[in-house]
Amino acid sequence: MDSTTSLLNVRAIREQFPVLHQNVNGKPLVYFDNAATSQTPNSVIKALSDYYSKDNANIHRGIHTLAERATTAYEETRIAAQAFINSREKEEIIFTKGTTEGLNLIAQSYGRKFLKEGDEIIVSEMEHHSNIVPWQMLCQQTGAKLKVIPVTDEGEINMEGYRNLLSEKTKIVSIVYISNSLGTINPVKEMGQMAHDVGAIMIVDGAQAAPHGNIDVKDLNCDFLAMSAHKMYGTTGVGLLYGKRSLLEKMDPYQGGGEMINEVSFSGTTYNDIPYKFEAGTPNIADVIALKKAMDFMHDVGISNLQAYETELLNYGTEQLNQLDGFIPVGVAKKKASVISFNIEGIHPFDIGMWLDAKGIAVRTGHHCTQPLMDRLQIEGTVRASFAVYNTVEEIDILKTGLEEIIKKFR
Amino acid sequence: MSESLKKIQEEIIEEFSMLDGDMEMTINYIMELGEKLDSLTDEERIDDNIVKGCQSKVWMTARQEDNKIIFKADSNTAITKGLVSILVRVLSGQTSEAILNQEIFFPDKIGMNRFIGTQRSNGFASMIKQMKIYALAFSAKKTSQA
Repeated sequence: MDSTTSLLNVRAIREQFPVLHQNVNGKPLVYFDNAATSQTPNSVIKALSDYYSKDNANIHRGIHTLAERATTAYEETRIAAQAFINSREKEEIIFTKGTTEGLNLIAQSYGRKFLKEGDEIIVSEMEHHSNIVPWQMLCQQTGAKLKVIPVTDEGEINMEGYRNLLSEKTKIVSIVYISNSLGTINPVKEMGQMAHDVGAIMIVDGAQAAPHGNIDVKDLNCDFLAMSAHKMYGTTGVGLLYGKRSLLEKMDPYQGGGEMINEVSFSGTTYNDIPYKFEAGTPNIADVIALKKAMDFMHDVGISNLQAYETELLNYGTEQLNQLDGFIPVGVAKKKASVISFNIEGIHPFDIGMWLDAKGIAVRTGHHCTQPLMDRLQIEGTVRASFAVYNTVEEIDILKTGLEEIIKKFR
Repeated sequence: MSESLKKIQEEIIEEFSMLDGDMEMTINYIMELGEKLDSLTDEERIDDNIVKGCQSKVWMTARQEDNKIIFKADSNTAITKGLVSILVRVLSGQTSEAILNQEIFFPDKIGMNRFIGTQRSNGFASMIKQMKIYALAFSAKKTSQA
């Protein structure tokens, strides 16, 4: 199988990613740690550099030309983000540091105001720690209880288990759209409907879904959705939080400071409108501006092309790695994104990860910040290869060969 | 500096220099060292003996014999077992005074950071710390008995 026969010109795409063209430990880099962070194309890197070389200024308050240019570019990303996730209004997009901050913002600004003792919050067993710990903190603060939906052996949400947990006590349901550890695509639309039926709000952790570009908040009808730029070809330190206007307006600010105020006096302060109410202080202007270029990159490739190609890589990778001696796939959900999590019988994931690194292959090993899921599956961790649009079938062959060599050493 | 502690470290530096910085050869060598290390028994591989701060599991025990501290260590991963075997080779059989007072200079010299990365180097550092804590405990015991 040759990557040039696929629907994308992967060679041309790879040319846009300078970081891919290097040797690591004397071997050409094979980067399969995209679920942790994806690489950035030249257009994104140039946007950062252009901003600091030409437009650097603080936004929203300056009246000079540079401030105007910076503000326009910053707000253009908000408009692009609105289109990217199909929200009704651009004011429903809040810039954050990332998914983690987005989830914490909801927990503190919504949760602390509206939850009380005896209320319940539902998450699943496959959540990232960032969609567990903020809720545990909220429970401590309010006396609410955290309920956990079980996960099946295949790595899917047990829908019957979910149904059983729902009640009029349920106030928040917060679920990962695509599991970072397993790649499972969860039925968040259906789950959201079920949450709404009992009067709860639905929050979607969209961190892993964003790079695959199929987020439509209008269709999902979720109340909040959080995501990170650095997993979708953008840079670190920036994320988006979507929230329905009606909820955002009811919520108190997350942090106090500049930007988020309307008027300040010692007798009282009034807050700015959304989204600025939630964007206290000077934001990460450069990286927000660069995020638009990341979304442009995904649109230029074409979301459906990107998805089809990633599925091609997933299917090829699954088929090839399944042939390995002692291969144990972890997470075999019917609907999966381009993530292959696995163990090899008798070899610790740490040893595999170290050996692969020596061969220039970057994978993630360990619990992937989902310790409760690892406990549920009764494993210490996994090796995870996650694919992006610049990866190739040839690279999967290199991974397979590398694993064969490692297995031989341990047998 | 105790001659043997310094000498052992110099030997290790010499051995690693022959690997010429090749990552695969280095890992292979570290794993071979680990294979030579006696495994701990199931009774010794208990949570109380786990060294905190390591990504993979490391168990360590220490006992005193003729004024010298005898370390035993094991890991659930082959590469980490190799790494702990190097520490056992350097520090086991030394006096608590030597362990507490002598400089452990070989990790820097063999470029441990380059081979195992900063995150895992922290695990390495916590193993050294644990061995020094054992040495301190034995030396305190000796002082209180004197």
